[in-house]
Order: sequence, then structure tokens, then C-alpha cells
Amino acid sequence: MIHPDLIYSVTLALMFAVAAGLVGSFALMKRMLLAGDVISHLALPGLGLAFLMGWNPLLGGACSLFAGTILIAELQKKSGLSADAMIGVVFAGALAVGAALTPQEDLVDALFGKFQQLSFPTFTAGMVAVATIIAFIFYFREQLVLSLFSSELAAATGVKLDRLNLWFLLVFSLTVLVGLRFMGALLAGSLIMVPSTIGRRLSRNLSGFLLTSVLASVTAVAMGFVLSLYVLRRMSLGPSTTIIAAVLFGLSLLCKPRGARR
Amino acid sequence: MPDKPLLSVHHLTVSLDDRLILQDLSFEVNRGATLAIIGPNGSGKTVLLKALLGLIPYEGSIFWSPGTRLGYVPQKIAADRQMPLVVRDLLEAKARFLALPRSAIDRAAEEVALPPDLLNAGIGVISGGQFQKALIAYALLGDPNVLLFDEPTASLDEMEEERVYELLEELQKKQGLTILIVSHDLSVVYRSANMVLCLSKGKPCIGPPREILTPERLEEAYAMPHKFYQHLHLQLESDPESKD
Repeated sequence: MIHPDLIYSVTLALMFAVAAGLVGSFALMKRMLLAGDVISHLALPGLGLAFLMGWNPLLGGACSLFAGTILIAELQKKSGLSADAMIGVVFAGALAVGAALTPQEDLVDALFGKFQQLSFPTFTAGMVAVATIIAFIFYFREQLVLSLFSSELAAATGVKLDRLNLWFLLVFSLTVLVGLRFMGALLAGSLIMVPSTIGRRLSRNLSGFLLTSVLASVTAVAMGFVLSLYVLRRMSLGPSTTIIAAVLFGLSLLCKPRGARR
Repeated sequence: MPDKPLLSVHHLTVSLDDRLILQDLSFEVNRGATLAIIGPNGSGKTVLLKALLGLIPYEGSIFWSPGTRLGYVPQKIAADRQMPLVVRDLLEAKARFLALPRSAIDRAAEEVALPPDLLNAGIGVISGGQFQKALIAYALLGDPNVLLFDEPTASLDEMEEERVYELLEELQKKQGLTILIVSHDLSVVYRSANMVLCLSKGKPCIGPPREILTPERLEEAYAMPHKFYQHLHLQLESDPESKD
């Protein structure tokens, strides 16, 4: 049985899995899975600083995530180099600075997540964030689909693309932030990435895709909990969940792909 | 008193990235007309459609008469055909965004003769012609009274191309739509349009096909070799009916 103190953590982690599966599905279609994942690494310096100074880690993570994103945009403008090159530079820098800043004993937790009890206010804030993410995806689902299919056609249909893209990026970052606590800075993006690839392989229409991604994500978190709580107790939740997700992806390869090209 | 024009364009000028694409263009389109927009590559045909749709900034005025609803079929969809979307997902997305009833999807599919099993086919597995039909069905959602087509048959083989044009003619007859169509295929323009707008480096011209699709005008606009339009010219000569 799960210890009553852990109910909040487990509930939030499972709800996070739902949000990550949904956001990941659209990130996959936007072809921004990897670039998006890097966003999570930008949180590390802030996490480290927060551990060092005794601040709230999430707040630290959020600040450096925000600063890192702006830095990438600015560097891209100044250097005239492509976005992925600048993401590479800032990502490597952020990881190094984060590793240097984070106290040694907290480093593994910061990188790979920590399973811990949540206070009621933290739980509530997390649930509000997750509900916002899920509501966004459901409310803007049509507009996202249209913009992904053809931005020109979407604009002609009346979709405000700039606003939609900005909001999606914000929701993506918010998802990463919620995941930071469980999954750590290195693996927070993994639940956004891996389940959506499973969904993509096993489905051929949008509803099936979203549903399969969410199911894969929730399964990975649930089994990840079992793995790190009862089987390999020294393993953090980030690696255990990611391993399960990767195994699920491996299993999905056994099925014939659906909806891919002729 | 004659009807007011459906579309009035006055002194339209469009520049993109500091390059002047359209300059001081003025024309009008009447309700129920089929206007073909022709011109050599780079003359601004697609840009004109985008300006008419309000997708890009412009100077001058574009006035659609009140109650106009636009449907748009773009030139090329750079869509990722690997996306896990079936045709219905796409139509449903637009229908929901515009708060249309579900029955609108089936009606639009019916209008372009899109069979139900095709609605549930992935956008990556259907043929070019079927994909184009799906896009026309998409454009028809929301009950437009004007359709804007940008080279609707650019990537299709001849048979598929023929079917798409038949469909357009049928739609226009049945629903009295006004159609603005960018096309490279001058014989199609001659067959289906009753007004032609020729964009070129020189002065743009507008008029009925018989006036615009003359060898002299075409040579001036396209600066193309004589034999290229000879075929069309012969076609025009052999067609006794005049089109206005």
C-alpha cells in the first residue's frame, strides 16, 4: 500500500503524467520534442541556486528556465546562428553552471528527481498547474491541429498563430516545471517525449493518438512508482519512470505501425 | 441599378522584405464571377490571394461586400503527412473552431463527393487528388460564398486535375459561388473563367478571357516563345463560343 503521506505526491505525479502525455503529443507533431526537452535542462542552475540558498526549488527552476529561454532568443539574434545551435550552447552552459552551483548532496536529486512528501499548498499549486495544462490542450486542441497541419490555412480560418504558439510554449514550460520535482532537471522532459512516440506508433487518428500517449505516460509513472518504491529503492523516480517509458516504446515496436505512409 | 461589386480593390500595394510585389493594383469582382489570376512566376499571384484573405499587410484598400464568407484552398500544403490525422480530424477541427454542427462535415464531404471511408483515412495515405478534395471540403465548411484557389491542381496528374476542375464548375453552378482562382493552365482559364486578371511586370490587365488571352498580351506578360501560346491560340480559334 502507498503510505498515506505519499497520496499527494502520487496523485500529482499521475495527473502530471496525463498533462505530459497531452503536451508531448502536440510537441511531437510540432517537431519540437528534443528542443523542448532542452528547456527542462535550463532549470538546473536555478534549482542549484535554490538548493544552495534554501529557496523553493521550483521558484529557482522557473526563474532560470525563463532566463534561459530569453537568453537563447537573444543569442540567436546577436550571433546570427540558428536556434538549435544556440539551444546547444545554452543547454551545455546551463548544465555546467547548474552542476557547479548545486551542493554535492543535492545534485542527484536536482538532476534525476526526488520522491518526497508534498505539503498541501504545494500539492494544490501543482494540481492547479496540471489542470491549466489539460484545460489548455482541450480548449485549444482544434486550433493546435489546424496550425500544425498548415499555418497558412489556420490563419485563413481565423486562428491567431502568434498567440497560440506563445501559449503553447508557456504551457510546455509549465509542464516541465511541474515535472521537475519528480523527474529532475535531466529527465523532466522524458515524459513529454517518450509516451507521445508510443502514441504515434499505435494510433492513426488524433483521439487515439492523444489517448494512447496519455495511457503510456500514466502507466510509466505508475510502474515507475512501484519500481522505485518497492523494487529498486535506491532509484529515483525520474530514471525508473523513464526506463519504463522506454521499455513501453520498445514493446510498441512489436506492433505494426498504424497510419504511417504507404 | 447594377449590383455592387462583391470585391473592390483599390490601389493595392504589397511589399515583402522590402521587395515590391504588387503596385497600385485596382480591380473589381462581381458576384458569381469566376476570376482567373494569371501571370509569370513571381508576379505576385499568391501574394494577391493572401492580401485578399488578410494574411499579409498591404497598402491601399480591399473591400469585400458585407456578408462575404471566404473559403481558401492554398497552393501547396507543406503539411507533415506523417501526422496522425485522418481527414475527419481536420474537418472536425475547423467545424469545432467555427462552432458548426457535426452535420456540416458530412455535408461538405458530400459536396465534393468524398466517400465516408476516405473521411477516416489518414492524410498521409490518400492520393493527391483525394487530398485536394479534402482541402476543398475544408474550404466549403462554414458555407462560404467566395472560394479562393491557389493553383488547385499543381501537384496532380491529368485525370485528377480534370476531376478537380469539374468539381469546381459543378460547385459554382450549384451554389452560385464566386471563385477566384490562380492558375498556370491557360486552357483551363479559358474554359472556366469569365474574367481574367493578368499580373505582370508591366501594367496588370483585367478583362474577359478573349481580350486578355491574346498572343500579344500573353507574350507581353510572360515574355514567352511564340510556340508556347500557339496551342492555346489554336484552341481559342476553334472555339466558336465567346466567353464574357
